[in-house]
Amino acid sequence: MTTKSIQQPEPGFVHGLFLYLLVFTLWMLLVGNLDTAEMAAGVVVALIVTLASRPHLSILAGLIISPSALLPLLRYLGTFIVALVQANLDMARRVLSPSLPLQPAVVEVETKLKSSLGRLILANSITLTPGTLTVDVQDQVLLVHWVDAPPGSDRVSTTKAITSKFEQHLKGFVL
Amino acid sequence: MRLIADLFLVVGAAFTLFGAIGLIRMPDVYNRIQAGTKAVTLGSLCLLIGIALLYPAWWSKLLVIGVLILITNPLGSSTIARALLKAGVKPWSKASVSQPGEADR
Amino acid sequence: MTLTLLEIVALGLLGAAVLLSLLRLILGPTAPDRVVAADTLAVITTSGLVIIAALLGSPLYLDVALIYGTLAFVGVVAIARTIEGNG
Repeated sequence: MTTKSIQQPEPGFVHGLFLYLLVFTLWMLLVGNLDTAEMAAGVVVALIVTLASRPHLSILAGLIISPSALLPLLRYLGTFIVALVQANLDMARRVLSPSLPLQPAVVEVETKLKSSLGRLILANSITLTPGTLTVDVQDQVLLVHWVDAPPGSDRVSTTKAITSKFEQHLKGFVL
Repeated sequence: MRLIADLFLVVGAAFTLFGAIGLIRMPDVYNRIQAGTKAVTLGSLCLLIGIALLYPAWWSKLLVIGVLILITNPLGSSTIARALLKAGVKPWSKASVSQPGEADR
Repeated sequence: MTLTLLEIVALGLLGAAVLLSLLRLILGPTAPDRVVAADTLAVITTSGLVIIAALLGSPLYLDVALIYGTLAFVGVVAIARTIEGNG
């Protein structure tokens, strides 16, 4: 899914710290209690995992780690949950209606997100939103299978319809 | 509390069933992926919320399972779809919808 | 634990979903259709394992669900890579 032809941002110390906290949080969630011994083990394990995944840290480099990224993240999550529920109601309606209303086509959409992480999150969001499924990512262009593509739509209109609502929030916390 | 949990369970199971019906009714493999992925993802999340309301002590592990499903399911589906397109499986088309890049027959 | 009517309905719906996915897995008609059905079935199984944990009141099955979900994802990616390679 990742492409290498676009210059990717370099990961910094904050990204390592972020990964460490993420792994530690995951450890604590899996353990499910706040024992001191478990926490101590988590501190060590998270450190080992973080150090071991240093070669792959560049995946996280697109992440903007600052307090100002929090609000876009929350807005994005809100948009995403609404879209997920809409997608399911839409899919249920299509599946249950006897005539099976479909007009599928593979369309192209554009993204301004530069980092592979940003495009990964965008692609995943598209897959879970009404009637669309990301098929491939080629640099700035995403191939999307659309269940109900309006005839004669071009790249500009599909981009507006599919990606813009996510991208406006996504660009606040990912490059 | 139990009633709310049960409602989440029923809604979750219903969405999962819709996904499975889509898997049967949809005309081609790409549409089947769509129906399968979306409905089953939300269905599973609703089921997990329902279980979390029944067993509040399990919330942390259920959260991890939910995030796992939320990330891996669309990713897996996109991976399959990409592989199919690269292997030359053409998407089904009802009429002459313009298909940039891909001829539909 | 004793089940309420709604919970029995939910179990029934889930069972029907598993049967329909199995039907697609058996019918095919092409290999990709079976892969998609297997993928869907894997996710249903993951939440099914969570429900088994709840039915038996044993959180041990949550770990099983977690590992199963992870392995199913790896399996799907591996199969997808195989399809890609054959194309």
